[in-house]
Amino acid sequence: MNQPFDIVRHRKWFFLFSGLITVAGLIVFMVSGFNLGTDFKSGSRVELQLNQSVNVTQLSKMFASIGLPVGQDAITVGGSTGESQTVAIIRFGQTLTPSQEGTIAAHEKALYPKSLQPSVSVVDPYVAHQQSVKAVYSVLLAALFIVIYVAIRFEYRFAISGIVALLHDAFIVMSVFALLRLEVDLTFIAAVLTIVGYSINDTIVIFDRIRENLKLTPPKDFAGLQGLVNKSLWQTMARSINTVFTVLIAALMLFFFGGESIHNFTFALIVGLISGAYSSIFIASPLWVAWRGRSLNKPAKPKMKRELT
Amino acid sequence: MRWGRFGVFLVTVLVIFGLTAGTSMKLWKTIPLGLDLKGGFDLLYEVQPDVTGKAPTASGIQAALEAVTTRVNSLGVASPNIDLESGNEIRVDLAGAKNFAQANQVIGQTAQLGIYGGIIQTKKGIEPDPKKYLVGGNDIESNAQANQNPTTGAWEVDITFKNAQKWATITQQYTGKPIYTFLNGNLINSATVDEMIAGGQTSISGLGTQQACQQLASQLNAGALPYPLKLISSDYVGPSLGTASLNETLYAGGIAIILIFIFMLIMYRVAGLVADISLIAYAYLTLVVFSGLHIVLTLPGLAALVLGIGMAVDANIITYERVKDEIRNGRSLQSAVITGNKRALRTILDSNATTFIAAVVMFWFGTGDIRGFAIALMVSIIVSLLTAVLVGRFMFISLTRSNLIKRPMWYGIRKGAAKR
Repeated sequence: MNQPFDIVRHRKWFFLFSGLITVAGLIVFMVSGFNLGTDFKSGSRVELQLNQSVNVTQLSKMFASIGLPVGQDAITVGGSTGESQTVAIIRFGQTLTPSQEGTIAAHEKALYPKSLQPSVSVVDPYVAHQQSVKAVYSVLLAALFIVIYVAIRFEYRFAISGIVALLHDAFIVMSVFALLRLEVDLTFIAAVLTIVGYSINDTIVIFDRIRENLKLTPPKDFAGLQGLVNKSLWQTMARSINTVFTVLIAALMLFFFGGESIHNFTFALIVGLISGAYSSIFIASPLWVAWRGRSLNKPAKPKMKRELT
Repeated sequence: MRWGRFGVFLVTVLVIFGLTAGTSMKLWKTIPLGLDLKGGFDLLYEVQPDVTGKAPTASGIQAALEAVTTRVNSLGVASPNIDLESGNEIRVDLAGAKNFAQANQVIGQTAQLGIYGGIIQTKKGIEPDPKKYLVGGNDIESNAQANQNPTTGAWEVDITFKNAQKWATITQQYTGKPIYTFLNGNLINSATVDEMIAGGQTSISGLGTQQACQQLASQLNAGALPYPLKLISSDYVGPSLGTASLNETLYAGGIAIILIFIFMLIMYRVAGLVADISLIAYAYLTLVVFSGLHIVLTLPGLAALVLGIGMAVDANIITYERVKDEIRNGRSLQSAVITGNKRALRTILDSNATTFIAAVVMFWFGTGDIRGFAIALMVSIIVSLLTAVLVGRFMFISLTRSNLIKRPMWYGIRKGAAKR
């Protein structure tokens, strides 16, 4: 198999690239944080499918007239089919009562005859807090179990390298959401968890090939190890690309044609899938090489130097 | 050319197509849709400490769950879903329900019936004297009935006390004195006890309409909630919005399937065709599993299944790339297919196991929507393993053994690759 490019040898650049993105993500986090949806922040979220162009001013007047004043920036306009912006999402800091919900529905119907029944979600502050704690736990717990599984089936270095790549993907998706001010709700957690599962899946296929090649031809020195991993990466390259392509087709179709309420969810998936494919190839395996190389029995001196840089 | 093998392949294909075309619509109709696809609402209640401030006990929460189930069933909504979450929260999913206010009233509110021997006048009005509490809703049997008083014709609720002796003692003590009946903190009736009542039966009048009496009777029969419930989260989806989401997502899934079909055909030719047929088997089997196990299909679940299509072909891709490798290593097509399949299996199992772990954690930790997604992800992993590994492999091996198509080019292997 021809290897057009030595990925392992250039690993420094990929580490640097991912490191920079991670730092940039951290800065964005610290500056702005998440745009939390009602699942994590108490309040109400009203989704109106108007089936006609949304006029924000008119809509905000309607809410003012029923005693629920909303700022124009509390109204998000969207549309799923890409034709026109026909869906309005309104966020309230307070929790709406059932009778207020009824009033909204009645006024919406009167003002926009073509509209569908509104979709309303209300969350109490206590629940909101609990949800966010659970969300963080579930990601960490999933990572922990995957580490255990991989450590048993492979070895602990593979497990840790895989987890680093996986957390990298989860972090990139979170950074993109923080940067673009996209709403983070419960389905976002499902998306991050799917990415966690998918990214490790991708990585395992490559690790599996490395494991097999290690058995066939155990490398004598660090250069040999580098060559072996690079060979394994290129042997699995067609699979890596083709698989991410088919999953991306599915995710992109959901993004463009799927329902409005899973719009953000599929966007998170798309970002995560791309990041997952990248990190499996350019982060996980090179990381393993750098680590494994340290414990090789007979490291020649100049190679030792490279590891340290 | 071996027709027997090709016949086996052909029969498999026909069985898959036949089953899918024949029964998939029927199966689809039997799959329960979640409230985000059908419309309806989702209510989350917290079991709160009782009046005395005592935290709910485990058995008390179980009793509350049972009481909620009874109440939900009285609403008559088809296939409601009631779950205990986080130890002290009760989630009620009512797909297809429309009247939010009514449901909340029936589920979360208790008819707090109390009979007192005295009242106190406060700024807010007349309030019961807590020191003179006699009996309440907890003391009566679940056989309350709305009836018309034979003499006055007014509607009232007939109740029976669990402990007839207790009621007899009370009425004896209060003979000639007034007693006051409060419902949810409001005085509905005050009357003077004429004589001692034995047998434990009495009736509550003063409610007014027949409807109010029937409502009270059913609330009393539903059993008192051992602890008050607080509605902490609610989610309402209009029915037409649900249908719109369903149609849009199905449409997206349809296009995704077609594009993946085309991609696999271009990349792997005949092998791609086998992958496409196993994809149809995947879609069909997923329907069977959802229908058979009565798994509720939600919007995130549907998204997981569409995504699963992309992941399902992964097993095929791993296998085919492996077969290509074996051909490059100098094996014949047939032996490459067999070794390739064998070697790919371990990779496929290991990689899917990790995704499955993530799905299990999601199910374990998640609530509502996330659970729906996790279930669909688990189903899609297992079904895709079955179809891609068993069905796909079987078809692929019978096809190559039939010797119908011998040239590696038809399996998406570039010319000359085999010679290397």
